[in-house]
Amino acid sequence: MGFEKFGRKSFTSATKTAKFVDFLMEGKIMGTICKKCGMKYFPPRADCANCFSSEMDWFEMPKRGKLETFTVAYYAPYGFEMDCPYSMGVVDYGDNLKLFARISKNIKQDELRTDMEVTVKPVQYEDGQIAYEIEKA
Amino acid sequence: MPKDVAVIGVGQSNFVRGYEGSIRELAFEAFREAMEDAGITTKDVDASIICSAPEYDKQRSPAGVIAEYLGLIPQPTVYVETICSSSSTGVRIAYGLIKSGLHDIVAVIGFQKMSEITSAESQERMGRGADIQWESPFGTMMPAYYALYAQAYMAKNGLTLDDLMNVRIKSATYGQINDRAVYRKPVLPDDFDPNNPNARMAQVVSWPLRVGDACANADGSSCVILANAEKAKAICKKPVWILGIGAASEAVNMASRPDFSKGIRVAHIAAQQAYKMAGITPKDVKVAEVHDCFTIAEIMAYEALGFAPIGEGKQLIREKATYKEGPIPVNVDGGLLSKGHPIGATGGSQIRTIVLQLRGEAGPMQVPGEPDIGLVHNIGGVGLYGNVTIFGR
Repeated sequence: MGFEKFGRKSFTSATKTAKFVDFLMEGKIMGTICKKCGMKYFPPRADCANCFSSEMDWFEMPKRGKLETFTVAYYAPYGFEMDCPYSMGVVDYGDNLKLFARISKNIKQDELRTDMEVTVKPVQYEDGQIAYEIEKA
Repeated sequence: MPKDVAVIGVGQSNFVRGYEGSIRELAFEAFREAMEDAGITTKDVDASIICSAPEYDKQRSPAGVIAEYLGLIPQPTVYVETICSSSSTGVRIAYGLIKSGLHDIVAVIGFQKMSEITSAESQERMGRGADIQWESPFGTMMPAYYALYAQAYMAKNGLTLDDLMNVRIKSATYGQINDRAVYRKPVLPDDFDPNNPNARMAQVVSWPLRVGDACANADGSSCVILANAEKAKAICKKPVWILGIGAASEAVNMASRPDFSKGIRVAHIAAQQAYKMAGITPKDVKVAEVHDCFTIAEIMAYEALGFAPIGEGKQLIREKATYKEGPIPVNVDGGLLSKGHPIGATGGSQIRTIVLQLRGEAGPMQVPGEPDIGLVHNIGGVGLYGNVTIFGR
């Protein structure tokens, strides 16, 4: 339990990585790292596909990355219509770490460029849902 | 070049909006055509594989219901799903069942009645066709995902919106002459002009992709009947052999994907496997069907399949090289963009087109020069699954 609060609308309630939401409340965006083999995961995983260990630590994601790609959605799936238009993108931190998220409305659509420097910040919406958004670096 | 498993019959229904019948009746349309094409009876079919994406159906476990309606009981049947590539996955499994010697003749039936549920229900389910734990909560949908690929690809490789438009125009050229296609109207540059108030294709769905860059939803069914070499030679005047078969899977989450500007990785991997097994190179392919769920997907497919170098796919559409008369005709049946994309039926329909091309029976869509080798590229989800299958006479 505890994962219902993630995103604009969550489709998952129970996950072993639900602590991710607690970290978000503390202002941290965390991935998991395998204690046994050192493999890093984002989004976080409870189990390591590399060595099959389930002993994972949390690590904080890097502060800056590059916007690898983005889109501006003018049409939304059921339940998200009120947010339109909204942007989403992929941040590449290097070192095989990437993140997918909404892009903050603080970045105007005509300012969006691939490879622009960005950061990612936790954000809480008016209805109490919590997520993270891509912001200007 | 292996010649162990052949296609001996193909069929498909009309691809339509709002099919007026049930899923079993829809499946029957393609099955009847394929069986009449093969000239066999239901007693000759050792097993059936039923393919679709289950979230559109109210029927739980459609395989048994459809197998019964097609007259294929008590033979074994099984349900296979890899979203949009379900029926080419079904053909892959049929290949294995026949090659192993377990069965002689297997029927693969793909179907989808997308209008089985309301469009509001459909939108919600489509939005969940990705990572529902980590991505769907942001409001993702299929066009947005392919738009991520399009944006990265266009920024790096100089592909333009007009290039994408020209993929749609090519598709419509052939949709008009395919009497099974759902979209049969011509498309002109004017239809993409944002300054034209009547432009049907110009509205942005998810930047940079517009309405005209997206395939048409449809209801439809397809059927491919496969046989081992002995049966195929005995039954069929023009067997079309599976020469090479490749498949791959990918991380569902966009955060775990490699370089977006290089396209859909499963297609690259599956193509290499299929070419190696067939012992041919991309230059040997005379006609191809690629998974153009969006215009950008066709450009990326050109490169994954080796028809163009990485980043140079745009040249093929600029030079009209993938038109019917060009060196490598692609989607000359209208593709998903115009023929329509009834999820579970799509792969089988692509295979039907290639089989008809290799037999010289494609009618107004027939490519010149008596093609001897054809290829089918069928992708499931946003590059989550990929099948590349090579066929030859």
